[in-house]
Amino acid sequence: MSTYDRSMALTGQPPVILNRNQKIATLIGMFGLAILLLAAFNVSFPNKGLWLTLALTSIIGGTVWFSREAYLDKYPGIKNDGVWFKSLSNQGFWGWMAGIALTGFYIVLYFFPEYLGLVKGEDNKGVIGLFDPLSKALSGNPASQWFVYGTLYTVAILAFGIKFLWKYRHNKYERIRTYSVMFFQTAFAFIIPEFMARLNGSSVLNGGSLPYYDLKNMWPLNYYNFEGYRIKGFLSSGDIGFAMLIFGIASVFIISPILTYKFGKRWYCSWVCGCGGLAETAGDPFRHLSDKTVKAWNIERWVIHSVVVFVTLMTTAVIYSYLGNDTSKYWLTKSTFLIGVAVLLTAVFVWVMAFKRKQFQKDAIYGAIGYFVIIMALLGFHFFSGDGNVFLFKSETLRKSYSFLIGSIFSGVIGTGFYPVLGNRVWCRFGCPMAAILGFQQRLFSRFRITTNGGQCISCGNCSTYCEMGIDVRAYAQKGENIVRSSCVGCGICSAVCPRGVLKLENGPLKGRIDSNQVLLGNDVDLMQLVNQK
Amino acid sequence: MENIIIIGNGIAGVTAARHIRKLSKKRIIIISAETDYFFSRTALMYVYMGHMKFEHIQPYENWFWEKNDMELVRGYVTKVDVENKQLLVDGARAFFYDKLIIATGSKPNKFGWPGQDLHGAQGLYSKQDLDLLEINAPNKEACKRAVIVGGGLIGIELAEMLRSRDIPVTFLVRESSFWNGVLPEGESQMINEHIREHHIDLRLATNLVEIIPDDQGRVKAVTTDKGDTIPCDMVGLTAGVSPNVAFLKGSGIELGRGVKVNRYLETNIKDIYAIGDCAEQHEAIGNRRPIEAVWYTGRMMGETVAQTICGNRIEYKPGHWFNSAKFLDIEYQTYGWVFGERGKKEYEEHFHWRHPQEKLCITVAFNKENNLFLGINTFGIRMRHEIFDRWLTEERDVDYVMEHLSDANFDPEFYKNYEAEIVQQYNSVFGKSIQSKKKSIKRIFQLN
Repeated sequence: MSTYDRSMALTGQPPVILNRNQKIATLIGMFGLAILLLAAFNVSFPNKGLWLTLALTSIIGGTVWFSREAYLDKYPGIKNDGVWFKSLSNQGFWGWMAGIALTGFYIVLYFFPEYLGLVKGEDNKGVIGLFDPLSKALSGNPASQWFVYGTLYTVAILAFGIKFLWKYRHNKYERIRTYSVMFFQTAFAFIIPEFMARLNGSSVLNGGSLPYYDLKNMWPLNYYNFEGYRIKGFLSSGDIGFAMLIFGIASVFIISPILTYKFGKRWYCSWVCGCGGLAETAGDPFRHLSDKTVKAWNIERWVIHSVVVFVTLMTTAVIYSYLGNDTSKYWLTKSTFLIGVAVLLTAVFVWVMAFKRKQFQKDAIYGAIGYFVIIMALLGFHFFSGDGNVFLFKSETLRKSYSFLIGSIFSGVIGTGFYPVLGNRVWCRFGCPMAAILGFQQRLFSRFRITTNGGQCISCGNCSTYCEMGIDVRAYAQKGENIVRSSCVGCGICSAVCPRGVLKLENGPLKGRIDSNQVLLGNDVDLMQLVNQK
Repeated sequence: MENIIIIGNGIAGVTAARHIRKLSKKRIIIISAETDYFFSRTALMYVYMGHMKFEHIQPYENWFWEKNDMELVRGYVTKVDVENKQLLVDGARAFFYDKLIIATGSKPNKFGWPGQDLHGAQGLYSKQDLDLLEINAPNKEACKRAVIVGGGLIGIELAEMLRSRDIPVTFLVRESSFWNGVLPEGESQMINEHIREHHIDLRLATNLVEIIPDDQGRVKAVTTDKGDTIPCDMVGLTAGVSPNVAFLKGSGIELGRGVKVNRYLETNIKDIYAIGDCAEQHEAIGNRRPIEAVWYTGRMMGETVAQTICGNRIEYKPGHWFNSAKFLDIEYQTYGWVFGERGKKEYEEHFHWRHPQEKLCITVAFNKENNLFLGINTFGIRMRHEIFDRWLTEERDVDYVMEHLSDANFDPEFYKNYEAEIVQQYNSVFGKSIQSKKKSIKRIFQLN
């Protein structure tokens, strides 16, 4: 086919040149990054507090000024001009460079924190040392690589959040949602846990000490929440600790199902979640890079549900490993726990197969049955094999491999490092077990849908292109069908970029939510009936 | 097995093919000279603007056609031999058909302006036009100014495209106000303002006289009937489109401006049908024009003709009129009939509301004799198609519509609503005391 090859055109480029102020803003931001980089190479700054403040202020200031120049002199509206012409947002040279740099950062962060200056038992050096004053001011403790990461993460969500607020200043849904992720990141993920660390050892906690706990970060995204050391921490910390443990369990089994029923999984994925928060702000310039093919969708379904099975097995094994056998000591024993898990999973499985079977593709049914049998067989192991190993593997092996493969490599190195190459929601789409569980509820048991406005779709493809989750929105819209997909995080961008006002995110009645009728209004009524006959 | 040949792979032809495939196992061949695969014509602008790549405006992945057993042929149909039921593609390859669907769309109008065929003068309709635009106006250095002739939907889209690359644009519009042959005055005025605030040099009531060439036969300037000479490197000819049917002359198929069809979309020759932009009804249907170069019309005709071809002969009966467009940043939707000054019926009365600051407005048309609701135009406010379709079918009166306007709102969640202001103004203009009802999920989704 004769597609016009832009890279070969000598002149066919749009004006993507930065104006003078944007160049200065870029310099300021780079200056902030340079301070951090120099610190990482062990340049010792005399007044750490001052230099850290300078670095973070420059990064935020540079980003905000750059965005201001980019959007505020233009009329409110969709700002996607030239997106596919720019090297950074078009998987071009700068996109790959950014991807490599980010990936490198994650590898160092997860596996070689000593290169960032982490010193155990003594004063930190390098860039982690630079963050010591801030960490001490908040929690009283020296910084760790996770504190540095958390701070930069929050800075990114705030600075790029402001950019996003200006880019979509005509769209109130986008704005409120962005305020929400900025708030939850700053308060719940960053400040509250740091302050809570000050309570450790105090009388409020009966002298116990709480594990670091971002309250909105629930299992299974927070896959380590029910590990032995954390449970001990919770239980040793008096009523507050106990309340937090109960909240952790309730958020999985009560709070999130109710909210997902009412609003869809967007209440979490694009309003609260930290991963989602970064994807929606710093990751926004890369949202169109997600793969929309049917092939990608098939890979997605298998990979993400395998992660759910993995995390369920791993968590069960870990909890199993620290429970006792003696019912007289504590009511929850290894056996009761396993029976409980088996009953819960069977209940879900039976309910789905009995009532929702028709909504599944054939391979999804096979997958569900297969995984169910595997989990049950592994659970049964406990009762047949006597004591010792559960699930063929040692729980510690499972935990370590999950933490390495999924927790570090998938969610960090690939999920965020590859933003400029694979799009901004790779982790959320292919890996996040939380997204899978919420998505399962959203698809089968929720009021949320994206309504297609009758016959107004012109198949232009803006919705599909800008869907960060790789949903082919147009495929539904052009048939007049509502979009009810488990992966939809409800970011609302499809609705925003639609030039004809075809899409609306809304919570409505369950009846008629999944429009298997293809209603294309404007046509002959009798014909519509014929077309809708299956 | 029957051979169905469809000439043209636009929305009309492809919709017909999809529905024939749903209903039957007939052999389907789609012939196109334009592209290998179906794409959304209305989205061409976004490719130039860098919102999408060309592959993104193709609604189906490339494997779709083979999987659904549709044969795609790239070539130009040069001759239709209705006696032998045979087509010639590119003057050489012969194809036999049992049934033929003509869905060849339109071509840009050229009204015999001097210089209209110079290098740098072009329309905007096809993929080839888009490629040509990349040559004629790749950036503001190569194209220091563009002049657009013709104030319709394609003209304003072309202006938006060129502005996305910072190319200065002069926009010549024959009418005294933008698109006021279709839009009522208030709306048309608002769009004039919006065009100008996007730094487009809008010249109303101005006609093109001549396009002047340089010594290499390229566009150098245009002159207008106001006596101005405007230097430019590109001229966009966007004064409407007309059916692309020249290749059928002498074939025996009855032609007017387009291919003449009856209400069953059949031409005068048995087993030959025409749909989409290129079809011309013998008599207009309702308030519609005999030729409707509209995306939605092509789609509806495609669905209809598929039924007929698969043995269920069915009349083309379009429902209530609807349409949409986007003028730079302002979305436009219309349901039912609202006419501009020129086409306004004698029984038609308008209620117009415009926001004091924002670029938002609506116009509601109703029958002043019996208060029957006729239609609505909305700018910057999205409306629910299903609701207006229902109200038009139920023949609601205008008071009912004003009272329940909240039900029809389709703006994203948390958007500010203006129903109260709108109804208040309606009450004060017509001396009524209608209360705006709160949005009701029950009414919208018809739950009882």
